[in-house]
Amino acid sequence: MTQHCNTVLRSKSQTVTIQRDRPTVIIGERINPTGRKAVLEALQAGNFEVVRKDAVEQVAAGAVVLDINAGVPDADEPALMQQIIRNVQAVVDVPLCFDTANPKALGAALSIYEGKALINSVNGEKRSLDAVLPLAREYGAAVIGLCMGEGGIPKTAEARFAVAAAIIERAAAAGLALDDVVIDPLAMALSAESGAGRVTLDTIALVVKEFGVNISMGASNISFGLPDRKYINATFLGMAIHAGLTCPITNPLLAEVNTAILAADLAMGRDDYGMRWIKAYRKREKAKVAV
Amino acid sequence: MTLEQIFQNVVEGEMAAVEAGVRSALEQGIPADRILNEALIQAMAKVGRLFEEGEIFVPEMLFAARAMQTGLKLLKPALAATDVQSAGKVAIGTVQGDLHDIGKNLVVMMLEGAGFEVEDLGTDVPPEKFVQAVQNGAQVIGMSALLTTTMASMLKTMEALRAAGVREHVKVVIGGAPVTDAYARKIGADAYAADASVATRIVRQLIA
Repeated sequence: MTQHCNTVLRSKSQTVTIQRDRPTVIIGERINPTGRKAVLEALQAGNFEVVRKDAVEQVAAGAVVLDINAGVPDADEPALMQQIIRNVQAVVDVPLCFDTANPKALGAALSIYEGKALINSVNGEKRSLDAVLPLAREYGAAVIGLCMGEGGIPKTAEARFAVAAAIIERAAAAGLALDDVVIDPLAMALSAESGAGRVTLDTIALVVKEFGVNISMGASNISFGLPDRKYINATFLGMAIHAGLTCPITNPLLAEVNTAILAADLAMGRDDYGMRWIKAYRKREKAKVAV
Repeated sequence: MTLEQIFQNVVEGEMAAVEAGVRSALEQGIPADRILNEALIQAMAKVGRLFEEGEIFVPEMLFAARAMQTGLKLLKPALAATDVQSAGKVAIGTVQGDLHDIGKNLVVMMLEGAGFEVEDLGTDVPPEKFVQAVQNGAQVIGMSALLTTTMASMLKTMEALRAAGVREHVKVVIGGAPVTDAYARKIGADAYAADASVATRIVRQLIA
């Protein structure tokens, strides 16, 4: 049996370990202007209150790492990234995940960050590997590798596995430990391709079996174009956790997402006697009374 | 099979029934352009409306479009013979750096369903390719972007169209989750379309 990898992330004073025998790590997705007009408009106006609130709420709801995306059209992304990081670190003490395709913005983020960050992301294209891996090495960060390469997003699990293997090999050559490579199998919309969910689950299984690395993924894309998305997302999250997903990038404020992850952890034997499940139940009940 | 039945089968995405229906309509001597306009195009207009209203979902729209395309294929030889004019020539693609294609594909299908001649440029389309499409006679360019970070490629494409001196010969429509009406105005596009059904309506207005 392959060894389970330990991906250790740090903020100023907190350490988070992502590992397959431990509870699933929620990476909060909400600090992202794509698809969130309130965040976009606030950032365009130079207002960071929405970002601060998003940080506090997500951590309170169970996120232990926060994804930071500064993708505002026409903005100075490196500068904006730094401003967001400073604002988030002023209100919460959790490790951060830097979500950008711009190496300059990534470098700017890593250069001011206190702790060990997660980079979201590198992919199998040479250009991306050449730009991102040296930064990860220089700042001692962990990195998420997307299963897509020069030819776009592969259609089969075997081809996505091959991209993951190539990224892992390149990361090792760049001096990164296997523990610091997290793989994202990519989840595509089921409304356009019925096999999309299976490909993702099979990719996870193949990668975990061979390398034992941690697995991340944005899990809400899967339900695009369908009604009642939250039920699909919740069930798919549970299935993916069984397959080997360890650190989904998701919205912990959604009760369906949160309970699906807790129930999956319970079923996987990572919640002794259901104590986390019970605690979360009490918290929900208390919130109901408060309303 | 009546045109009304073909219409209904397109709306319901019944590919085989549409194929059989169009065949029998042609055998009965119903003119191809009538089958096209009264059954296929009107059915897709209804599908677009239902999608816009949240009554049907992406897979149902894809099935309807596939059924429409099956019928269209059967009609093509007859339409070519009767010299029916296409509603216009449109080139559409997801802009450079962006690989999202579901929305773009829906727009392609809806435009085809509305009788336009559509060149699908695919995803990750560099500005030069859009320019080339205009030089090849596209009257309308459609650009799609799903990321705030790839929206900038729309501006680059607009600049490329201007630099190549073809901006005046073409109408530009943009769309995608982060795209807004204000952004369309800002980069000098002609219109923003919120979904595939709206896009079809706007393209029709732009080249009327």
